[in-house]
Amino acid sequence: MSDVLAVAEHRRGELRDVSFELVTAGRDLADATGGDLHVAVVSGDTDEFAEKLNREGVDAVHTVSYGEEFNHDVYVQAAEALFADVDPEFLLLPNSVNGLDYAPAIANKLGLPYVSDAVDVEFDGGLTATREMYGSKVETTIEVAEGPYAVSIRGGEWPAAEGVGDADVSEFDFTPDEDAIRSNVTGFEEVAGGDVDISEAEFLVSIGRGIEEEENLPLIEALVDATGATLSSSRPIVDNGWLPKNRQVGQSGKTVTPKVYLAIGISGAVQHVAGMKGAETIIAVNTDPDAPIFDIADYGVVGDLFDVVPALIEEFGGEAP
Amino acid sequence: MKVLVTVKEVAEVEEDFEISGTEIDETYLDYDLNEWDDYAVEEGVQLQEAGDDVEVVTVTIGPERSEETIRMALAKGADRAIRVWDDALEDADLLDVEAKAKILAGVVEEEDPDLVLSGVQAADDAFGGTGVALADEVGFEWAAVVNQLDSEKVLSENVASVHRELEGGVEELTDVDLPAVLTIQTGINEPRYASLRGIRQAQSKEIAPMTLDDLGLDESAADSALDITDMYEPETESDAQYLEGSADEQASQLADVLTDLGVVGE
Repeated sequence: MSDVLAVAEHRRGELRDVSFELVTAGRDLADATGGDLHVAVVSGDTDEFAEKLNREGVDAVHTVSYGEEFNHDVYVQAAEALFADVDPEFLLLPNSVNGLDYAPAIANKLGLPYVSDAVDVEFDGGLTATREMYGSKVETTIEVAEGPYAVSIRGGEWPAAEGVGDADVSEFDFTPDEDAIRSNVTGFEEVAGGDVDISEAEFLVSIGRGIEEEENLPLIEALVDATGATLSSSRPIVDNGWLPKNRQVGQSGKTVTPKVYLAIGISGAVQHVAGMKGAETIIAVNTDPDAPIFDIADYGVVGDLFDVVPALIEEFGGEAP
Repeated sequence: MKVLVTVKEVAEVEEDFEISGTEIDETYLDYDLNEWDDYAVEEGVQLQEAGDDVEVVTVTIGPERSEETIRMALAKGADRAIRVWDDALEDADLLDVEAKAKILAGVVEEEDPDLVLSGVQAADDAFGGTGVALADEVGFEWAAVVNQLDSEKVLSENVASVHRELEGGVEELTDVDLPAVLTIQTGINEPRYASLRGIRQAQSKEIAPMTLDDLGLDESAADSALDITDMYEPETESDAQYLEGSADEQASQLADVLTDLGVVGE
């Protein structure tokens, strides 16, 4: 009961990055518990996935060949069977959208204390995890005395495991109870298409909650016109229906890597940052000097966008509405 | 058809705040309806409007103070509300996912809904697990991070046909059998503002108080396996170059930066 069992994630034929981050986090934990790191991969081309998951530090890879895509009923059943077989101290899962769809269920089914969205995890006889609260305004230390534990980790917080391991790869003997599969994935839909591909833009002017009202959009459009930039936004703007989904930057929207990303009235929540941290130069305009966007900005303007943006439009010969 | 909507009153932190021990001091907190739950309430009310005989009941685990938030959900169109509170809950520092799921499961057993709508996460503790853990606890099907629901199919075919919002602009299309718990993502609809008439009507709607005992649970239901042992402000690691001065001066420097970077022509 000192092993770590991590469950990999894939979608439409590709392992997702968080799978390799789980290997890194899992190896650290296994070193602390003095156990082995087991990685499980469920559904899809498990042979190919197993080969790719066999990175340095992995002791065993368990494959479950049933179905193609993620189905939470299958995942919960497979994880339950694997947990019984491996008998780990840690069940390590991704805090991805699919992770949100099965991690709480498997933790509840196994009666494991569940720590979600961890950004750091340590083991010293008990579990100590770090997670954020209040929209990243504070970090908390969470302690759980008694395991085994279920922990989901935030993507992008651990480096991806590299190298080639010498894991023992084996097919896990598992047949699901098909009567208990009462959900059916019928397909996928790309929603971020449309007239503009913001991921191709060299210069993005991106807006967030700070613009306050839909009526203030023309101000930003005037800036876009004066500078030749492309307009994008954070999630709330799209949720409010002020801009279409194809303009959304972030985890659930597009990942962008422009030469310049000018973030106006965007606080810099982790889901947003995930989609734009690869920009060459990040410039942030925000009234709150403590806004997390400044942590990743190259240039910062602490000020009111309703004063700064009109002045900037004029600098480029435009006219504020 | 009966729809149960889980509604949480969340604490929002003011821009400047102080931490005392493992809590943020009460003076820096404002309470409001959790943003995700606002969308869940709206989705429930839209089903009620689309169907012939749909009752929308909200459930909240919260102290008396939360009745203001609950009234807001009632003013938007929910038919009645349940508020679970107990001395044992008052004493708990943190309710983990397991505790919340067990308590809400007691309510699901009492109410026997066809559909439970829950926000994807709460804005304050952001565990993002209650809805799916609840589904497992009561043996319902579920779907997490739902940003589209086919209301006709739910009302007539006993199946929730949903879109789940995956990462990177991809949605998964899934059908789940009822009864089910759906965790609702922001943007699925446009939450309405309560009308004056709605606010007036809400005053006479029922908010039924329930204790753990009423739900057939003992005080241990409030026990959490998780302890918050420290809370602190994350260290800022900014090495941004700040553009200082008046708005005009800042704009002038910003224009120079953009021109130097070559993304805006002369």
